[in-house]
Amino acid sequence: MEINRETLLKIAHLARLNFSDESEDEMLQGLNDMINWVEKLHEVDTEGVDPLTNMSQEVNSWREDEVKSDISREQALKNAPKKDEEFFKVPKVLK
Amino acid sequence: MDTFASLREIQEKLQSGAVTCVQVVTSYLDRIEKHTHLNAFLEVYHQEALQKAQQIDQKISDGTAGRLAGLVVGLKDMLCYQDHSLQAGSKILSGFESQFTGTAVERLLHQDAIIIGRQNCDEFGMGSSNENSAFGATLNGIDTKRVPGGSSGGSAVAVQMDMCHISLGTDTGGSVRQPAAFTGIIGLKPTYSRISRHGLVAYASSFDSIGIFSKSLEDNALILEIIAGQDEYDSTVSRSAVPEFSSIKALKKCKIGYIRESVETEGVQPEIREKTMEQLELLQQSGHQVTAVDFPLIEYVLPTYYLLTTAEASSNLARYDGVKYGYRSQHQESLDGFYKNTRSEGFGNEVQKRIMLGTFVLSASYYDAYYTKAQKVRRLIKDKTREFFDSFDFLVMPTTPTTAFELNKYADDPLEMYWSDLFTTPASVSGNPAISIPNGFDKNGLPIGFQIIADDFNEQGLYALSREILKGREN
Repeated sequence: MEINRETLLKIAHLARLNFSDESEDEMLQGLNDMINWVEKLHEVDTEGVDPLTNMSQEVNSWREDEVKSDISREQALKNAPKKDEEFFKVPKVLK
Repeated sequence: MDTFASLREIQEKLQSGAVTCVQVVTSYLDRIEKHTHLNAFLEVYHQEALQKAQQIDQKISDGTAGRLAGLVVGLKDMLCYQDHSLQAGSKILSGFESQFTGTAVERLLHQDAIIIGRQNCDEFGMGSSNENSAFGATLNGIDTKRVPGGSSGGSAVAVQMDMCHISLGTDTGGSVRQPAAFTGIIGLKPTYSRISRHGLVAYASSFDSIGIFSKSLEDNALILEIIAGQDEYDSTVSRSAVPEFSSIKALKKCKIGYIRESVETEGVQPEIREKTMEQLELLQQSGHQVTAVDFPLIEYVLPTYYLLTTAEASSNLARYDGVKYGYRSQHQESLDGFYKNTRSEGFGNEVQKRIMLGTFVLSASYYDAYYTKAQKVRRLIKDKTREFFDSFDFLVMPTTPTTAFELNKYADDPLEMYWSDLFTTPASVSGNPAISIPNGFDKNGLPIGFQIIADDFNEQGLYALSREILKGREN
């Protein structure tokens, strides 16, 4: 499997990343190297094997559902690059 | 002031009045100052640590001090500590201050440990040399032309050079064990889920584990005892009882297996091979049964690791969008463009590459061929490991194929650097507990690590065998 520029741009969009022309070449190379490398797994026969999806041995670890507040609004907004008294602010979405 | 071999020594001296906690903290601060060029600490909590030390001196004279009074701790820049900066070695978290303290750190503080600062690491824990940090590389204290290993490189060097007594790091694929080996100290990665991940910056959630760096084995065990166990903020953390790790048990004669490939592979440095074989002979002489075993799946461990961790990382790191915290790009022509610019300017190269691979393997057309495939191989590796522990007590091997390498060695070939994690990723993929302990030096005087892996939740066994080996080396 070798990914081309078109696929690279599609993945970059999904990952919300963009690259300059120069770093695009580098990324394409790096990514293809990694994909080739992980393809080794296709040598392993996994017929009938269930994927392992959970590493913890805990099942249904519930806690009491209590109404409580861990963090105030002021605290939650503390690290925002841009905010007002109540909200996070982002660039205008609707034109 | 001289350095201290163990917390017990510090506490005896505090009790007898030979030293005060303020003096202890001052001695660490002095050494941090002296080793600034190693770039181990990103921030030092100078005044705060001294103030806390004063309070603890008072508590000691009142007889109300906690179990960790006198203990000076450093934190990898991946662990939340309320009202303190946290950046995961990344530009994208610029300006972030944690709003809460993670469970492990909270439990240390509760027992009167003193946090002295936050430590340099590879960005989001992604790296094996500490060179992928937005704050520059950390240097190995034993040879400043060499890396300390990674990703918890700063945390390892801080303990190596006595800039703090213990460090908490994080280990996703070897990020505590490999730097412990490169710096000649002890590094533990407990069983997956043994310690709550609440307050640990997520890289790959089904692998991430807090780990402990120390010079003293007893201190390592005590810290694990204090920070492990049930926590209502982490639904995956193990609810099984936490043993009294700090009273390390005597070891019965046991069955030890070593993977034949791990010493015979050409890529293993000759001195590491020799030291490992020497250690295996010593174990045999002291009555343990030592057997070479084959683990044919070992060559698939690294690809499995990279496939699954990058997939999880691409999902975990989606939260860094420049809205709620951290770095925000000045180029904000549209909402999509704003996200993209923020993330491309904020993340380093290696992190971006891993996010890209992870996004690719999770994308609809390739999910089954890559992601599900790797989860299946993970199951096979886990089953084989479990099978191994049906007939053996321990699996041992070198921690790393080589000793600490030179800075920039792998700048042009990052895949080659991934091989340095060859022996640490197996326990990460299977979730088993593992420890790296010092095992002599190579011909350049660089430390060698010996790794012990045990069955799930048998950290007690790791400590028992480690103690026997380390005691044997003293004599």
